[in-house]
Amino acid sequence: MVDYFNEDITSLHDKLVRKEISVRQLVEATYDYIDKTEGKVNAFITLNKEAALKQADALDEKGVDPDNLLSGIPLGIKDNIVTKGLKTTAASHILDNFMPVYNATVMDKLDALDTITVGKTNMDEFAMGGSTETSYFGKTHNPWNLDKVPGGSSGGSAAAVAAGEVIAALGTDTGGSIRQPAAFNGIFGIKPTYGRVSRWGLMAFGSSLDQIGVMSRTIKDSALVLNAISGHDEHDGTSAAADVPDFTAALNQDIKGLKIAVPKEYMDEGVDDDVVSAIKAAIATFEKLGATVEEVTLPYTKYAVPAYYIIASSEASSNLQRYDGIRYGFRAKDVNSLKSVYVRSRSEGFGDEVKRRIMLGSFSLSAGYYDAYFKKAAQVRTLVKRDFDQLFEKYDLVLGPTAPTSAFGLGEKITDPVTMYLNDILTIPANLAGIPAASVPAGFSKDGLPIGVQLMAKALDEATIFKAADAFERHTDFHNQVPAFKGGQN
Amino acid sequence: MNFETTIGLEVHVELKTKTKMFSPSPVEFGDEPNTNTNVIDFGFPGVLPKVNKQAYRYGIMVALALNANVTKDTHFDRKNYFYPDNPKAYQITQFEKPLGTDGWVEIEVDGQKKKIGIAELHVEEDAGKNTHSEDGYSYVDLNRQGTPLIEIVSKPDIASPDEAYAYLEKLRQIVQFTGASDVKMEEGSMRVDTNISIRPIGQSEYGTKTELKNLNSFNFVRQGLAYEEKRQSRILMSGGSIRQETRRYDDATGQTYLMRVKEGSDDYRYFPEPDIPPFHLSDDWINEIKASIPEMPDKRRDRYVNDFGLPEYDAQVITNTKEMSDFFDAAVNHNADPKQVSNWLMGEVNAYLNENKVDLPQTKLTPENLAAMINLIKDGTISSKIAKKVFQETITNGTEPKKYVEDKGMVQLSDPAKLTPIVDGILDSNQQSIDDFKNGKDRAVGFLIGQIMKQTRGKANPKVVNQILMTELKKR
Repeated sequence: MVDYFNEDITSLHDKLVRKEISVRQLVEATYDYIDKTEGKVNAFITLNKEAALKQADALDEKGVDPDNLLSGIPLGIKDNIVTKGLKTTAASHILDNFMPVYNATVMDKLDALDTITVGKTNMDEFAMGGSTETSYFGKTHNPWNLDKVPGGSSGGSAAAVAAGEVIAALGTDTGGSIRQPAAFNGIFGIKPTYGRVSRWGLMAFGSSLDQIGVMSRTIKDSALVLNAISGHDEHDGTSAAADVPDFTAALNQDIKGLKIAVPKEYMDEGVDDDVVSAIKAAIATFEKLGATVEEVTLPYTKYAVPAYYIIASSEASSNLQRYDGIRYGFRAKDVNSLKSVYVRSRSEGFGDEVKRRIMLGSFSLSAGYYDAYFKKAAQVRTLVKRDFDQLFEKYDLVLGPTAPTSAFGLGEKITDPVTMYLNDILTIPANLAGIPAASVPAGFSKDGLPIGVQLMAKALDEATIFKAADAFERHTDFHNQVPAFKGGQN
Repeated sequence: MNFETTIGLEVHVELKTKTKMFSPSPVEFGDEPNTNTNVIDFGFPGVLPKVNKQAYRYGIMVALALNANVTKDTHFDRKNYFYPDNPKAYQITQFEKPLGTDGWVEIEVDGQKKKIGIAELHVEEDAGKNTHSEDGYSYVDLNRQGTPLIEIVSKPDIASPDEAYAYLEKLRQIVQFTGASDVKMEEGSMRVDTNISIRPIGQSEYGTKTELKNLNSFNFVRQGLAYEEKRQSRILMSGGSIRQETRRYDDATGQTYLMRVKEGSDDYRYFPEPDIPPFHLSDDWINEIKASIPEMPDKRRDRYVNDFGLPEYDAQVITNTKEMSDFFDAAVNHNADPKQVSNWLMGEVNAYLNENKVDLPQTKLTPENLAAMINLIKDGTISSKIAKKVFQETITNGTEPKKYVEDKGMVQLSDPAKLTPIVDGILDSNQQSIDDFKNGKDRAVGFLIGQIMKQTRGKANPKVVNQILMTELKKR
């Protein structure tokens, strides 16, 4: 009845307005489909069926607003975004019973537009990971090849969209957690400028890096949802006090004369041949569309990974201290002293990767090491930022691969954290610099796994990313490819 | 061996804002536990702090009043530690770039003036409160969590418990004058942590210091430090050494007791608070704040001495609190004689406040009424004796003095045409006293005045009565 592979938000909206389908029918179809696919994909931690159906009925009663494209549209929400009255776990044992008492700002904004929250998507625990394998609630499988990871940490959101379970989903991106899974799943994913979307209600990982963004099959759908969730928020002191343009206005534009820089460091050794080929083809497409593409250098790129892991882990070590078993969340059993509440609740409540980063961060901040680690990393960050500032004086966009490889195998890297961390080398710089960046479907590896091209722009210039990505999408067919897996028929 | 003492004081002052430092919850005391809280105070996942600008403004006021340099480019830091009264497991404070640096206050001990340096002061949030109940449970009340504080850290300039006392008095006075805080030790809006060390005179490095806790009044600070000074010197004199430890002062015995020995220093893993971007204070804002700071106590004291001729002591007492000093200025502005205002404030008013255990603003006394009353005495409308009754009435019920004395018929008899017949009548019936007076017995005058006052029910103007009596006596 509804096939998300053949729809976008606009076409669904038309069907709802014309009453070809009711919101209830749309929501029921969504859950029917999910019932068939989840056994294989496991993209959701929590489904919100009862409340979603109730909301659908209310909307059917009220009537879908013809001027509001998002009215009645079912969406997936990453499980580190707090949803009032809907369990929010950050994929961690320590919050596996946590029921938020307030809504994230993005949820208030979406609720006001009558979107329907299908459920909370799986992720790496506290968004720490690049494969969604560190989730307490089991692994998510890549719909293109169920033996492969969906990427991470927004692997559940990416897989849900790629598997056709939802039309779009919210993800979060601290070091590539939207873009890398988008690339691995052959969909579009955008991490907006730091401060573009309020972090109020986002369970903090690396506060100076975290940003909520959107993942969808089509670029227009992401533009629509990003329109809805962006904007200054009094609750978030780091939110940008800037006007939000209509991102859909950037679509269907000519990109003649657009200046694109390709850092040679992004095409270095360590990047798979398949990926290099796909990116070179993408460059050719952009040139054909009238853009000029030049090779540039971003010399501090190699320091970005260590700097990132120090900054993100340091902030995380502090942010995650509140999970102490005292006020909410998991508390270890048979504890008899304050110290044992802390030590045992946290030892039992956090997974290995989270503990690893807490230790890494605590070490980097400790007396005697702060200057050598945290402070040095902050200095590197300033240099990375300056690198980009200089580039954006001359170029509109920076282009490169989203990830050095296509999706890797489940279990392949989870035992080797450093290799896993290095996989983030191409996405981390945008977070350090606070600039917007997106992954656009750009081809497939020899074994049929999606590859993404990454586009980055200067702060608050998401519009240029949408403009270029949309031009690319109109002249390529990658986004129309669907996994052989469909409706669980893989 | 002779020792010199070095004392360090860390003073926490709660700021008088309506809402908390980083959350919109109200700052109120004495409410039901955990009622003045929201998701921020509870440290729920996903919450973010929002800076209370008024609190920072108060911080800048205090910094300026303490002659400190205001740091224009600054940020907040996180201080990390686990405790149930600290729901985020970090306190948002200022570590790297405190709001103010390098200030000073001037104290006076035994007539000697001395400048005490202030190393730094910064703004931060208070923690909640843990109560350890007899039922075996510990209870956490987060009402206080997030209350804005400033912490003021002295330089190692304080060399005696008396200087520490004078420094605290001065600090309290200055902060109170800015209006940033109530600075009441007994209500916890001012809290003091101290450390003290001694070293042989001439030694360049400081001795090992001990920290003192449970100092709930300035007097306890002075007594605790004095005890600790003696204890340390006794140990050193007998060849022992001081351990770095925290000691608790017991006001019942006046002694200090070991709480815990410090091993190494705590590692709070400070780092810049990422949820609050670094900020810049404009000169315009700082200047505007500077202009809004009320006149400080030292300046007022000088003005009272130089412009009004008040004795140094009076000026000191009047400037002890801003309320008293403001009241004084207002009464003088209502044309009352400054010395008379000062006498009344230091005498009757203070006695009333002590007796009723209230502060000046809680009474019904207005500067206007006090000035009016003083002027009624001055122009002879009432006597000083009557004035005491008028005072009780106006401070208790706020009654206008002039109206009160008129309504109650308390207006003094000063008219000689009315007083002379009364004086004559008394003389007529007291020949013995006239004789005594003529024989040089001055006591007789007192007796006669007493008789006159009795007959006029205290309303006769003593000065006028005295003149008439003398004239009339001479006629006899």
